[in-house]
Amino acid sequence: MALETKLELSPKGLAIITLAGELDASNAADFQTQITQAASANCKRLVLIMQDLEYMASAGLRMLAFTKQKMGASVDIYMVGTKPTVQETIEAVGFQYSVIMLETYDAAQIEQF
Amino acid sequence: MEMPNIQRLDLNPTHTYEEFKLRPGKPLPFGATFVPGGVNFSIYSQHATHCTLVLFERGKTEPLAEIPFPAEFTIGNVFAMVVFGLDYENTEYGFRMDGPFDPTNGHRFDASNILLDPYAKAVGGRSTWGTPPDWNDIYQHRGQLVYDDFDWGDDHALQIPIEDIVVYELHVRGFTRHPSSGVRYPGTFAALRAKIPYLKALGINCVELMPVYEFDEFENSRPHPFKEGELLMNYWGYSTLCFFAPKAGYAATAPHGMQVDEFKTLIKELHRNGIEVWLDVVFNHTAEGNERGPSISFRGIDNKTYYMLTPEGYYFNFSGTGNTLNCNNPIVRNMVLDCLRYWASEYHIDGFRFDLAAILGRDPWGAPMPNPPLLESLAFDPILAKCKLVAEAWDAGGLYQVGTFPAYGRWAEWNGKYRDDMRRFLKSDEGMVSAAAQRIQGSPDLYAWRGPTASINFLTCHDGFTLYDLVAYNGKHNEANGENNQDGANDNHSWNCGWEGPTDDPEINALRLRQMKNAFVLLLVSQGVPMILMGDEVARTQHGNNNTYCHDNELTWFNWELEQQNGELLRFATQMIAFRHAHPALRNREHFRNTDYMGSGYADITWHGTQAWNADWSNDSRVIAFMLCGKHAKNGSMSDDYIYVAINAYWDALPFALPGLPTDLVWHLFANTSVPRPGDIHTPGQEPPLDDQQHILVGGRSAIVLVGKPATTHTEHP
Repeated sequence: MALETKLELSPKGLAIITLAGELDASNAADFQTQITQAASANCKRLVLIMQDLEYMASAGLRMLAFTKQKMGASVDIYMVGTKPTVQETIEAVGFQYSVIMLETYDAAQIEQF
Repeated sequence: MEMPNIQRLDLNPTHTYEEFKLRPGKPLPFGATFVPGGVNFSIYSQHATHCTLVLFERGKTEPLAEIPFPAEFTIGNVFAMVVFGLDYENTEYGFRMDGPFDPTNGHRFDASNILLDPYAKAVGGRSTWGTPPDWNDIYQHRGQLVYDDFDWGDDHALQIPIEDIVVYELHVRGFTRHPSSGVRYPGTFAALRAKIPYLKALGINCVELMPVYEFDEFENSRPHPFKEGELLMNYWGYSTLCFFAPKAGYAATAPHGMQVDEFKTLIKELHRNGIEVWLDVVFNHTAEGNERGPSISFRGIDNKTYYMLTPEGYYFNFSGTGNTLNCNNPIVRNMVLDCLRYWASEYHIDGFRFDLAAILGRDPWGAPMPNPPLLESLAFDPILAKCKLVAEAWDAGGLYQVGTFPAYGRWAEWNGKYRDDMRRFLKSDEGMVSAAAQRIQGSPDLYAWRGPTASINFLTCHDGFTLYDLVAYNGKHNEANGENNQDGANDNHSWNCGWEGPTDDPEINALRLRQMKNAFVLLLVSQGVPMILMGDEVARTQHGNNNTYCHDNELTWFNWELEQQNGELLRFATQMIAFRHAHPALRNREHFRNTDYMGSGYADITWHGTQAWNADWSNDSRVIAFMLCGKHAKNGSMSDDYIYVAINAYWDALPFALPGLPTDLVWHLFANTSVPRPGDIHTPGQEPPLDDQQHILVGGRSAIVLVGKPATTHTEHP
């Protein structure tokens, strides 16, 4: 399955990347491009909508590490709707300490800054 | 001003081999390093004539490519090459080395072997513990590429003063592998992370991890002699394949290539909970064994450099495992230094315990050196400057350096004499009182100029009996190792309390419990650095096996049901650890002076017996008592309560006359091992006062701990 990604930038400084399909070495660069764009836009918060992401290979996990470094410590990163299989791997690695995991998109929490 | 967009010329390839773009590499650092657009591969060999880089797609059996190093890519004894355009996530690499096969002169080159880079930062091939390998694979242990992009936040090495440390030695897999652990991914770094609350509640502030460098659990694997279908394995892991790579099989995420991140997350979380991480490092030998062993890495890259060889070209065996790493060869010395610097800087490791460290002081021909350059380099290294360095100060070649290990003011030692003397005192051997007094003081007889913190005190460690087995077995029971009970130490100084192994006899079981409590008292009131073996606080048993190196089963796994079953001992151990943390008088950096240099009217330490101020040092004595003056805590820099400890290793109860306190202080009872719970121990700071301030009856084979403090106020400590 291919990866579909979509980047939305709001004037308030919110960047939302929606991921669908499978994230692996063959398409991690697409994800990286959008992270770079979000960082260039000086967004204040980055939200990854993961509910339609079925699988994440090591390249995808590595890209999460890249995301944290690229955005910097001052930018909160939210991961929304991560599927259990993906979340288990994220938690085993320990990436959940670097991001905020939400089951659903909570506008009150995400958009208040 | 707008900067011109100029592409740096030094990023461009200069050579082509098949479809690969290349350029001459940088000789340093060794290993595989990311450079813009490519990977720099660099490897040392003095005696190889040719070198070929072998690339694999991850997990594939046949190489993706074999790229010979052109002659112009060689600098000195280093082959260095940049390869552009690799898929970092899916690349595995190795080397073929060509050169003479001339064992008599120390050379064992064989270009048919694909060799693991000694500087590989991650190794594939054994990514899931216990999964049977494909023995037909032409490359068993595969170098992988690693990013250094971990988000450490504000983490750094904790730098807890060593006198304040309480070490807990554990096996990463064994700690959580048992089904009772109740955590996800049992046996992994991730699972250990889930058990941090237990460690924190216990009160230890340092974990010493048995080997976590990449090793092969299938090395020398063989059928279990009694259990059909089960293998004996290289479970402990004292047989390194690669010094720079974490054991992939300890990571739940190794199949994703994330073992580095998972281990770093564990370290970061341990630090966040105030727990240092020390690694048990094995630089004395490798997994390649003797001349009959496999050629995995060092042997095929430059045998003569990496190993100590006899004049005939055989392997010296000071490690007892077939070969000996040539640690004082300048190349190998630098590799060890590079390795430790890497772990200290990239993994934020707080300390290192060196297995069979006496070997590190031998010259390339095996002779002990008075001033070993490797040990000196480690002691004065700027990157390791805040790391604790601990030596297992002996080797299998008969070099025993407890008390004499070349320390350079930095090195501490596993104090084997503490273990032996205190075990003998504990089991009521005669003539042990004077030795026990030395050990309690931090072994000034051994470390007169180095102070008590040179002494890592322990009664048990992975090597030998667990604490429960120490009081339940007179002799070793290693039949399950398949070596006719010939392996493992015979001088265990253990006593079974009247029956060999498990028993329903309540008196024997009560005595065993009391002896274990006595052991915790001895360990945690001794000056120096206490070390506890995983599970001793819940009476973990190995059923008398004192050499469980090959057992990946219930014999070695921490059974978490013991937490409930042996809650009385766990509570006792926890409170003893808390007591040590609460009382700086127990944690001096310098030795006692046996004088009153603070003007308190009491010497820093005074010795007593059944009569106050009158210790019995005779050969028949099994009794020792001492008092620490609180005004001399931490060598007079802090104020503490007075502490009195009496250990009656005699088999009958004895009355002890108590030394008098300053008039404003009263003796309170902290611990009494002859009393069942809950009166056996109290929460530090909440000790009840003694009714009789003049005497106390100490039960046979029992210990008491008293605190001298004002009658009505709780003492706060700085």
